[in-house]
Amino acid sequence: MSKTQNTPGGVRSKTVADYLNDENIRAIIYQIVAIGLVVLAGWYLVSNTLANLERQNISTGYGFLNLEASFGISESMIDYTPQSNYATALMVGFLNTVKVAFLGIILCTIIGTIFGVARLSSNWIVRKLATVYVETFRNIPVLLQLFFWYAIIPGAFPAARNAFQPLPDVLLTNRGMYIPVPVADNAYDFMGIAAIIAFIVIYFVKKWASKRLDATGQPFPIVWASLGIFFGLALLAYLVGGAPTAMDIPALKGFNIQGGYNISPEFMSVLIGLTIYTSTYVAEVVRSGIQAVPNGQWEAAESLGLKRSIALRKIILPQSMRVAIPPLTNQYLNLTKNSSLAVAVGYPDLVSISNTTMNQTGQAIEAISIYMAVYLGLSLITSLFMNWFNKKMALVER
Amino acid sequence: MANSLKLPPGPVGTVGQRSVTWVRKNLFNSWFNSLLTLLSIAFVLWIVPPIIEWAFVNSTLTPSIDACRAVTGACWGFINANLRLILFGVYPYDEQWRPLLAMIVLFGVIIASLAGVKYPRMQKLIIPMWVVGIPVIAILMWGGMLGLTYVQNSSWGGLPLTLILSTIGIVFAFPLGLLLALGRQSNMPAIKTLSVVYIEVIRGVPLITVLFMASVMFPLFLPDGVSIDKLLRAQIGIILFTAAYLAEVFRGGLQAVPRGQFEAGDSLGLSYWQSMRLIILPQALRLVIPPTVNSFISMLKDTTLVVIIGLFDLLGAVKLALRSDPAWTRYYVEGYVFAAAIFFLICYSMGRYSAYLEKELRKGERR
Repeated sequence: MSKTQNTPGGVRSKTVADYLNDENIRAIIYQIVAIGLVVLAGWYLVSNTLANLERQNISTGYGFLNLEASFGISESMIDYTPQSNYATALMVGFLNTVKVAFLGIILCTIIGTIFGVARLSSNWIVRKLATVYVETFRNIPVLLQLFFWYAIIPGAFPAARNAFQPLPDVLLTNRGMYIPVPVADNAYDFMGIAAIIAFIVIYFVKKWASKRLDATGQPFPIVWASLGIFFGLALLAYLVGGAPTAMDIPALKGFNIQGGYNISPEFMSVLIGLTIYTSTYVAEVVRSGIQAVPNGQWEAAESLGLKRSIALRKIILPQSMRVAIPPLTNQYLNLTKNSSLAVAVGYPDLVSISNTTMNQTGQAIEAISIYMAVYLGLSLITSLFMNWFNKKMALVER
Repeated sequence: MANSLKLPPGPVGTVGQRSVTWVRKNLFNSWFNSLLTLLSIAFVLWIVPPIIEWAFVNSTLTPSIDACRAVTGACWGFINANLRLILFGVYPYDEQWRPLLAMIVLFGVIIASLAGVKYPRMQKLIIPMWVVGIPVIAILMWGGMLGLTYVQNSSWGGLPLTLILSTIGIVFAFPLGLLLALGRQSNMPAIKTLSVVYIEVIRGVPLITVLFMASVMFPLFLPDGVSIDKLLRAQIGIILFTAAYLAEVFRGGLQAVPRGQFEAGDSLGLSYWQSMRLIILPQALRLVIPPTVNSFISMLKDTTLVVIIGLFDLLGAVKLALRSDPAWTRYYVEGYVFAAAIFFLICYSMGRYSAYLEKELRKGERR
């Protein structure tokens, strides 16, 4: 938009003031100034940092990842020894973070949904109990809850010598819970492959079923069919693999328990703490999601003669999901980010191992940049996925 | 129709009959609900009496180890004996009235600011109150003038530290978050990109990484010879972190202001800043007060994370008290429950207040 005016004497030439008052030119000036300030600040910080690193004789770069880590990690999902390099150690931490976040997300969704629905129950006492649960646990800092569980769990159970057995072959001790696991066998690999095949088959069956529904109006029991395909294929793979029955059963040997799979108190307290804290938020999301669907929708379904269960599945849930999914994503991300608090109770997650790395190598910037990048990556992937999912859900609308 | 008008059915029957109806309607209206009711009552009976017994009946308030060993319930004596350590950390004992007074001032300013939502006459006072209140709190805490002895901030701790970190965090993040939100809405691509990148990066990482960055990397950023102490670094980290979250809150408020309001500002010939200041922000900020209070609540809970970088906020002070004497160490449950109760009281009441404000603000809209 130029602001030149036509004067009787001809076109007035632009003055400097005209340029300065031009919206577009002003915008460009503002932006140059803003970028300039950011670059300047960045340059100042980087040059200071480099000078400081040089003075303190700290090396830079990610070369340390190949060095021997030489510290032990109490629990790991992949092979790790103190002789492994830092990259492996960080991988162990990353997998531990993913493990606790994944389980936490599943559990908090289940618990949160139960309490969210309970808060809308027509039963007064159920409603009140759910409210007490939600209000109590969401108003106490999650770190405090983690400390609390971490203090309670090892103290609540006996030493290995007189371990508590809630179920046969399940041992509860102050070093955590020991559960029996099947001994590794080819059959379990087959089952994994079968599960993947099952998912692909289910996908196509579902496609076919919805096509048939559109064409003929005949419904197909997709839920039962999917379950049948999944478990049938898994069972088949198990039988093909020779139906192994060997179990690795935990038992007391000397002063310690050998065998089985150990769920450490650190892991338990992080998982319990994160699950309970996040489930209160999930409960609120579920509640507002259900409340967001107008009552008329129930009545419409009823007048169409739909059963309550079908109305819930086909009419109410899809609509409340649309409302609930964005905040639910936020809660899942929060849980993943809060899993970094594991560092406070000694669960070897990514942040905790990065900190050990940082203390040993002195390379703070590199270590912090690694975990920031990982969390940022997880957040971006989740929000991209959820945006896609959201779009898919929103398309239902006219 | 007038003569067929009936009064709404009022309460019928005696109190006893009515309560029976209520119980039937709310607790036993179907077999499933009856089952749930019975299960819930069983659960309450199973869990509540032991808690009451532990917390009240079999507990002791006597601040001595021997008294605690003698009882089977809670040892509130641990809290009693260490109350001032838990509440004020290692702040010099004789000067602890100062953090107490600072806390009262802080609460007063917060409550007065929140009241400003309901009583428009207070609104003009909000900014002056903070401008006066923060230096008063700083003088009380630091001292070194007006006859107060100097207390370095490494010995600040307990509840005042928790409150100061979160309040100063929100107050200073407020303008920064506002600028970021405006930047995100801007038509200028460079400014928009900078704001979006900042907001999304900060929101994508956990607070603890920001705090670690503040405690480990900040010193590397500064030129030789300049150093900021740990508390200030944590405070800066918290401000930078909160700003990104507040920016999103403000964005919600800005987006809720109808487009026509922006156009009205333009058509009156107001400049960008004029129409922001006079037309848009007064409407947008009113809308974001409840979510801002909610941000404050989560900030208050999140400040406990400073324990991990070695500061003694309320939670840190509890841990300090537990460690102060090996005999007390086993009373961690009492310590954590006490801290949890304080956090709960503050967070729950503010949460209720923010819900109430939201309702009040909606009232105006509904007209």
